[in-house]
Amino acid sequence: MQEAPRVTATHPRVLAALGGSADPELRRVAVAAGNVVDPEIPVLTLADLGVLRRVYRPVEPDGKIVVALTPTYSGCPATATMAADVVRAAADLRSAVAVEFVLVPAWTTDDMSEQAGAALREFGIAPPGARPDPAGPIPLSLSVRCPHCDSRDTRRTSRFGSTSCKAMWACQQCSEPFEEFKVL
Amino acid sequence: MADMAEYLLWLGDDALVSAQRLGEWITNAPELEEDVALGNIGLDQLGQARALLSYAGELLGRNEDELAYFRDDVDFRCTHLVSLPRGDFADAVVRLLLVGAYSEQLYAALTTSADERLAGIAAKAIKEVRYHVEHAAGWAVRLGDGTDESHRRMQDALNRAWPYLDELFDPHPLTDHLDGIAVDPATLKEPALQRITAVLDEATLTVPATQRVAGGGRDGRPSEHLGPMLAVMQVLARAHPGASW
Repeated sequence: MQEAPRVTATHPRVLAALGGSADPELRRVAVAAGNVVDPEIPVLTLADLGVLRRVYRPVEPDGKIVVALTPTYSGCPATATMAADVVRAAADLRSAVAVEFVLVPAWTTDDMSEQAGAALREFGIAPPGARPDPAGPIPLSLSVRCPHCDSRDTRRTSRFGSTSCKAMWACQQCSEPFEEFKVL
Repeated sequence: MADMAEYLLWLGDDALVSAQRLGEWITNAPELEEDVALGNIGLDQLGQARALLSYAGELLGRNEDELAYFRDDVDFRCTHLVSLPRGDFADAVVRLLLVGAYSEQLYAALTTSADERLAGIAAKAIKEVRYHVEHAAGWAVRLGDGTDESHRRMQDALNRAWPYLDELFDPHPLTDHLDGIAVDPATLKEPALQRITAVLDEATLTVPATQRVAGGGRDGRPSEHLGPMLAVMQVLARAHPGASW
């Protein structure tokens, strides 16, 4: 089974989440939280998905480290599982954490790392394309490349797939159905 | 603070009740993909409702679940349009288009609200709502400009929903009290109608010339359909208060 790429302390999202802190416990927690995988797309870590926002100690310490995550979609049911998995991963390191959810700035598919795209494709999900200009007219729907045979001869069968973040497509070349991670 | 909580109930209740109605389509949509699509759209709206009602709850000293499950219909602040019975698939498409076009303008305007938390919720929601409107517009055109029967059923559904549209844009003293934070609904009407009529034109559907209904959802005069819908939505939470799994 395909595994998510390991996240280390030098991962850009981990570094950003730490905001320059050299606190070793924070760094361990940030790496552990970054390595938690999306329960619905297990080849994506929270770091690669770009939902790991901050790891810090609250101003009024209560013994817990705060891990701030941002949801991909407002109603994504995976967020509760992600939070529980982060708490568990930190507990394995004997660190107590509280997970908070932040909405600002809103998550976009541009927050995903480059290796996330490759991992998605290998997993059979077409990665999101470039984000259209939100001020522009209705974005043209360009064809999406089949993650199985690389053909561009594909057609969308539904704007909504098994989760909010995905659409359903079918490849006319290799006849395989596949999902696309929608641009957001 | 009471005004702010009230405004958040306007927005949160519209999203929650609309989500519940969309959820009723699961296992009832005309095709499996549509079951999934309407369920996902409802889930987005439910997420928006949770963010809005959690915020309202913090101001009111209640949590999101108490607001969703332990208020009666007269305590809700949603418009009548979102609480109308499920109807047939054409009703769902029309309502998603009308509510979506309104929400698109609403959330776009709220991204510059002086209240940063509300602006953040809106910035998140607007991206999701654009997909919803696109989805509804696609169906409206396919069915409106489809067979004689699909055209007729879309036009009938449009005629049924249209009298409820105006309520979304009714001016209200509440938004004057929240200057810079809330949006005067009347300012959303023209751009939303532009979006709607552009889709209807392409769908070969006619804008109905019907009289509006009275409305009053914002002031605790809900539609007759809200109570029975809430009975279903709230029964489990009320039968087992505080239960969890």
